[in-house]
Amino acid sequence: MATPANRMFRRLEGLFCVYKPSGVHWKLVRDSIETNLLKGLNAAPRPPLPQEVRFLAHPVSETEAPKGLTLSAATVPALAQHPLVSGPEFQRVRVGVGHRLDAFSSGVLVLGVGNGNKALNDLYGTRVTRDYTLEGEFGTATDDFSHKGSVVERSTYGHITQDKLDKVLAMLEGANQKALLMYSKVDMRSQEAYEMAVHGLLGPEGKSQPILTGLRCVHFQPPNFTLEVQCLNETQRYLCKVVHEIGLELRSTAVCKGVRRTRDGPFTLRDALIHHQWTASDVTQAVRQYHSSKKNTRYSHKPIQTPACRPPEESTTTANEMELATKQEKVQ
Amino acid sequence: MWFIKREMINRHCSNGKDNLRNFTKRQLESNHILARYLSELPGDADGPTEAVAADEQSLHCPASKVGKCKDVKVAQDPLPCYHCTVHSIFLQGERISMATSCAHLCLQCRSLLCSKKVASTWQYYTHVRHCIRVTQVPTKILDGSSIVKGTHKTNPAKQMQKQQVFCYSDFAAKHLATGAEENKDVEETSCADVVAFKSPMLPIRDAVLESQVSLDLDAAAEFSAFEVISDEEAVRISVPSAMPPASTSLRDYVDHSETLSKLVQLGVNLWKIEQRPNVGSMLLRLNFNADVAPRLLFLKEIGVEDSRFGYIITRNPFILTESLENLQSRVNYLKSKKFSSETVASMVSRAPYLLNFSVKRLDNRLGFYQQQLKLSDSNTRNIVARLPRLLCGSLEPVKENLKVCEMELGFKENEIQHIVIAVPKVLTADKRKLTKIFDFLHNIMKLPHNLIAKFPQVFNSKYLRIRERHMFLDYLGKAQYDPTLPNYISLDRLVSLPDEPFSSSLPMTHRGRSH
Repeated sequence: MATPANRMFRRLEGLFCVYKPSGVHWKLVRDSIETNLLKGLNAAPRPPLPQEVRFLAHPVSETEAPKGLTLSAATVPALAQHPLVSGPEFQRVRVGVGHRLDAFSSGVLVLGVGNGNKALNDLYGTRVTRDYTLEGEFGTATDDFSHKGSVVERSTYGHITQDKLDKVLAMLEGANQKALLMYSKVDMRSQEAYEMAVHGLLGPEGKSQPILTGLRCVHFQPPNFTLEVQCLNETQRYLCKVVHEIGLELRSTAVCKGVRRTRDGPFTLRDALIHHQWTASDVTQAVRQYHSSKKNTRYSHKPIQTPACRPPEESTTTANEMELATKQEKVQ
Repeated sequence: MWFIKREMINRHCSNGKDNLRNFTKRQLESNHILARYLSELPGDADGPTEAVAADEQSLHCPASKVGKCKDVKVAQDPLPCYHCTVHSIFLQGERISMATSCAHLCLQCRSLLCSKKVASTWQYYTHVRHCIRVTQVPTKILDGSSIVKGTHKTNPAKQMQKQQVFCYSDFAAKHLATGAEENKDVEETSCADVVAFKSPMLPIRDAVLESQVSLDLDAAAEFSAFEVISDEEAVRISVPSAMPPASTSLRDYVDHSETLSKLVQLGVNLWKIEQRPNVGSMLLRLNFNADVAPRLLFLKEIGVEDSRFGYIITRNPFILTESLENLQSRVNYLKSKKFSSETVASMVSRAPYLLNFSVKRLDNRLGFYQQQLKLSDSNTRNIVARLPRLLCGSLEPVKENLKVCEMELGFKENEIQHIVIAVPKVLTADKRKLTKIFDFLHNIMKLPHNLIAKFPQVFNSKYLRIRERHMFLDYLGKAQYDPTLPNYISLDRLVSLPDEPFSSSLPMTHRGRSH
């Protein structure tokens, strides 16, 4: 039935992303989005109540049969359809979560509504990379690699310089490239591998160990430093561990002070909805934006570049990832 | 399909003969047919097969002159229906089961009936337009499933008790509330509430109820839908309501029940309260004029506004089953504790469960707050008036919260008193949230106890908001909460102002200073 609430729900179906603040479990985010969407949907005006015709008898003497017809017809609304009796129109909305974020991290969290969950499954299945910003601090090592854990070791960090850090990062990147090639399950000496590399299709299909496809340092001020990472199949805990290992490689120790996802597939921070925007109208707008951007990318013919061969730059990688995602969506 | 749903009512078995007298004179003629019919049919027909057999028989009988059964379904069924002779139910002196009466249903009806379980709702579609009214006995109009259930074929004893009555008009003034077990809350109200009779225009022969017997199977043959009946007859045809005997939702009954419709008009959210166990059945058993209205009047007398009735009943439907003396005594108790009547009214409308608690319990709680917090009388009245649910809930969480404030957070007694008087919600707040907020305020924002105690509304706000604003101020370099120093940000502005005024009110003298 095309009630206003149903029409609003049709406009809500799709994918959008929100900014998950740190310290909050992802499920709370999903639940509060669902509650807000339900609130918005049930606030839509309801169709008017159907009328029923009742015949009301005028009081006549009970003993004899009524002489003539003393009935009056009246239309009364049928209360069975009243919202106070039948309940709200929408009692549940299917809101699905894409790649999850643990409570410590923050950043872009992709959610899907209704039929958008199918697209979410596709996104989950395709090989999209994610962008993270890691904040680290030298001098301490903790048990869970984050600054909230209990301290295990302290060390000096005075000897660390920018180029030492860069050397270590390059070494890590090389190791990860090797892993990438290994997991792509093609013989590296074949023409097929070359074709795949040209089109940037090298990589693991499905689950594999976490692979960092790009890693660089954007800010270095001892003891603090900031890294930018593009990765596949990762968990946030693994990224904190990477920071810890970088500290070890530099003959010191490091903890991760913050993990922030800045991009998940085609969704970036710019499209993410903040806490105040978790309402039905803002979500509708975000979904509309997603649909229009999907339409645009589908028909664009930009040349595909290999993400692995060039130094990771955010804008081209974004375009590449979008191409990759849509291409793989089309393939699947 | 244009037919009327009917419930068959069982007849009084002991008055077999009397019942037979209810038929028209013309039916007396075919008494012999009755006898034959009776002899051939067992007392309780077992099922559709018997019904079919009996029907075949009736088809061959000469038609009676009385057109007793008119087929409503004029359009669809051009042939006269030889069935749905209501009177056939009266025929036998014995118990007649519903199945035998099936014999007289039209083929279409029968197929419908046979598909249902015989022991189920018993609402089956007859084409009877003729209403036989039992004049000798008090007309008991058994509505809805009371009629239906009464004709349970496996319960002959019950069948004996009931009058088999066919009433055309449910909405006639002849409605009498039956004491039947399966009564729904329809009877006294349903004059206007019955589903509309849908076929007033068909001519119906006037069926006069006299005292004649005459099982007239042949009469069935003559009944024609085109027979003219008077308007009074048309009016008196009863349309049984479509209420199911049991349902999981109140929406099946709301159109037939005066109580429920009036509750909906008051604003009670029936959908919400029917989810609680047993509340739905309780509401159905209430009578608006006897149960609901006096209590609403009582609430009005103590000063509760009409617009709040819906909210109160939605939250606490059991106020409608609390006795009026109890309610009055509790209100008197509160007044004796020097709560003014407006205060009492506002407390009742904000804490709907208040008047369901005994005087002893209310006294217990008031005493607890007074002794534990060592507050004066007027202060206790003040916090209870502002947060009346303090009197409703259990005292254990309150005691735990007080212990948390004292031991974990380290507030002194007078500080706790001040906090509670300013924000009584702290007593019922989540103690993990309290600890979390305090931890952030004390350890990260570095606020001393006395400053926090001066602004207790921080405990009422969201932890996330405090954290975000503090981090924002920290980033700008303006996180300064000491009142003695310049550019001081007060805590109440930190938590209570919305985003826009908060950010614009910050002094901008230290712009650009990085952290």
